[in-house]
Amino acid sequence: MTPIGAFMRQHPWSWSFLAAFLTWAATAAYISGTGGLALASTALSFSTFFVMVGIGQMFVITLGPGNVDLSIPSTITLSAVVSMMVMGGSDAMILTGFLAAIAVGLLVGLFNYGLIRVLSIPPIIATMSSSFLIQSSAIALGRGVKIKPPETLEWISTAKVAGVPILSLCVIALAVVMAVVLNRTVYGRSVTAFGQNTRAARLAGVPIERIRYLTYSLSAVMAAVCGVFLAGFSGGSSLNMGEEYLLASIAVVVIGGSSIAGGNSNVPGVFGAALFLFLLVAMLNTFGAAAGLRLILTGLIIVGVVTFAGGRRESR
Amino acid sequence: MTTETAGPLISLDGIQKVFGAVQALSGVDLKIHAGECLGLVGHNGAGKSTLMNILAGTLEASDGNLAVAGDELGKGYSVQDAGRLGIRCVFQELSLCPNLSVAENTRIIHPVLKGFGWQKRAGALIMEQLDLVFPGHGISPNDIVGDLTISKRQMVEIARAFTVTDTNIRLVILDEPTSSLDARVADQLLDYVGRVTRQGISVVLISHLLGEILQVSNKISVMKDGRVVAFKDAADFDRVSLVEAMGSTVVAGAAPRRDQNATTSAGEERIHMRPAGQPDDQSIRAREGEVIGFAGLAGQGQTQALLSIFEGHGVLPSGAQASGCCFIAGDRQVDGVLPLWSIRKNIGVSSLKRLRSGVLIQNEREQELADAWKERIGIRAPDVEAPILSLSGGNQQKVLFARALGSAADIVLMDDPMRGVDVGTKNEVYAIIRQEASQGRTFLWYTTEMEELDYCDRVYVFRDGVVSETLSGGDITEENLLQASFKQVSGAA
Repeated sequence: MTPIGAFMRQHPWSWSFLAAFLTWAATAAYISGTGGLALASTALSFSTFFVMVGIGQMFVITLGPGNVDLSIPSTITLSAVVSMMVMGGSDAMILTGFLAAIAVGLLVGLFNYGLIRVLSIPPIIATMSSSFLIQSSAIALGRGVKIKPPETLEWISTAKVAGVPILSLCVIALAVVMAVVLNRTVYGRSVTAFGQNTRAARLAGVPIERIRYLTYSLSAVMAAVCGVFLAGFSGGSSLNMGEEYLLASIAVVVIGGSSIAGGNSNVPGVFGAALFLFLLVAMLNTFGAAAGLRLILTGLIIVGVVTFAGGRRESR
Repeated sequence: MTTETAGPLISLDGIQKVFGAVQALSGVDLKIHAGECLGLVGHNGAGKSTLMNILAGTLEASDGNLAVAGDELGKGYSVQDAGRLGIRCVFQELSLCPNLSVAENTRIIHPVLKGFGWQKRAGALIMEQLDLVFPGHGISPNDIVGDLTISKRQMVEIARAFTVTDTNIRLVILDEPTSSLDARVADQLLDYVGRVTRQGISVVLISHLLGEILQVSNKISVMKDGRVVAFKDAADFDRVSLVEAMGSTVVAGAAPRRDQNATTSAGEERIHMRPAGQPDDQSIRAREGEVIGFAGLAGQGQTQALLSIFEGHGVLPSGAQASGCCFIAGDRQVDGVLPLWSIRKNIGVSSLKRLRSGVLIQNEREQELADAWKERIGIRAPDVEAPILSLSGGNQQKVLFARALGSAADIVLMDDPMRGVDVGTKNEVYAIIRQEASQGRTFLWYTTEMEELDYCDRVYVFRDGVVSETLSGGDITEENLLQASFKQVSGAA
């Protein structure tokens, strides 16, 4: 038991996987039969989207206090609207639609960075105000009409191989790549240095402004890509499709064991936390808990994780 | 006041302290009498700061006894207890709250200042003390601490430790108090220490400047590897015997000034910079292979000039071509240390591009770099994977040296980087600087220590943010420097 305990203490992300497993086991035991496997498969499907935006948000949060991207939900919506319009339900236009979505992400990233840099607005305020603009653009463009996704996109977003969603496999691959980016590239190291002590990082030769720009762009592009798949998954774009991703994108980072103070993050935890967040809701639903109770429990769990993680760091 | 001669004020007996696997203190005995100034010297990591933290109640001893005025203090002795007993401490890493004003910071240690008008009273208290210790300090009680230069912060911190409201002070611990102060202000402090000890207050002075220690201490205690290796009257020591007692093989001698004709053969010009607002035609120039000193009183714009060069102002194409500039911070908590990282990552951060193969950073290569510099500059740590915060202040500073010198940068900017570094290490670093300069690196070196300017080819003396005098070769003398530092603003220069 002690080697496992030691492992978990050294790898804060393992807690989120343990929690995800326990919630799954509790629910599976309650419903009994083969429902457990189906639940696991659904969890993989839905968590995919949390992971995509969560990774982008994680890089932003790593930059340190005050850095958080609140424009993720509106970016998801705008990107979904734009890409569905470009694709127009035709398989031939899928790639073009994707490129359009990525362009939306890059623009949003540039805009957010511009607000932070040129106008010296704190990131949390900058991304919040830009999210109003982005959401309005989505409303103006989409006019509330739900455009159906091309069939192939719909298939990619929902297909499963032996119960495992294809998209989920892609996101696992993405998570691996992003973990390498965080830990082994100059960019990842620079982000981590930025979050620990920005001034010291700058004086050590880290190009602070470039890193900040890249990070906000990365987050926006991830949200944009998520928007396309989410539209494919749920049969088209809608104007409130990004809503639940505001809190979820931050929650998965925090529950995943990344430090909210910045400078210390990990990718696997985002994945575990995304699974956990979905399974928690599923479990409470199965137990017949009311919506209010669900929200209260989710809130309590986040507070618990932050307190616990914070306490551990200090005793170092 | 009465018969306090009977016993010592403070008596430490067999104090031990263990941090994980590191034995920081292995049985320290120490006695401090009322009205005595005890000088405490030793290498970085010898345990001086740890011992003082135990005395001040911020750390708990793993073993041993601590008695104040004969009363045994058991477990659970805390900062509050220390405060009640009249023990104050000025730590090496300053402890003021940067977001509060000078007056508000004073209030923190004086809970009795409450009710209507406390800010005014706290302000008056600290101002009175500042005027007493550092006449002409130029600090106002409403200044926000974070906006002050490091030397002014240090002055506030020191003055605050001597302020009295409800409890009388019996002992003040000064851990490297003069490391950010220029010679004039440091003298003011040492004078003041002399005065208060005559009034019966005891002072513990930790410093790497042996001259200071010998000047004001009554007793000197030398620490090495977690124990006291010598404890005698100050009169029984001199510079040489002190250095010997510390176990350093290198005795600080005359600095190896480069011969004049060597300077003329220096290489290409790399920096040509005029500080903003420079009234005359003086400008800062630096060539390949030169060591350039920035002098003057503390906080006269030297750091700003370095930062501006770091941003690329005045760096000629010949200097910018390699990897530009690297910066060695003096204010290491603010400007240098990346606190969550190991020694290895802290050293590697300025060399990341060279440590890659393809797009990935090779950890083994980073480790080689870190190991090599740990060896060369003598970082005291079990291995380079140890967290940087597990190191003593001086050793953290060595990591910052290793970071900069290990990078590819041709221009090295140093912002009074020897704060808290012991004599032996200083001499090693001086030698490394000379060696690196002879291989073509350019050093720009702001220092508050006169003797370090002896290593410079040319010195720019700063006053009010601009260069007031350029000295080179044999003109770099203490007299000329002081004159240039204080020169009155006369009509025509």
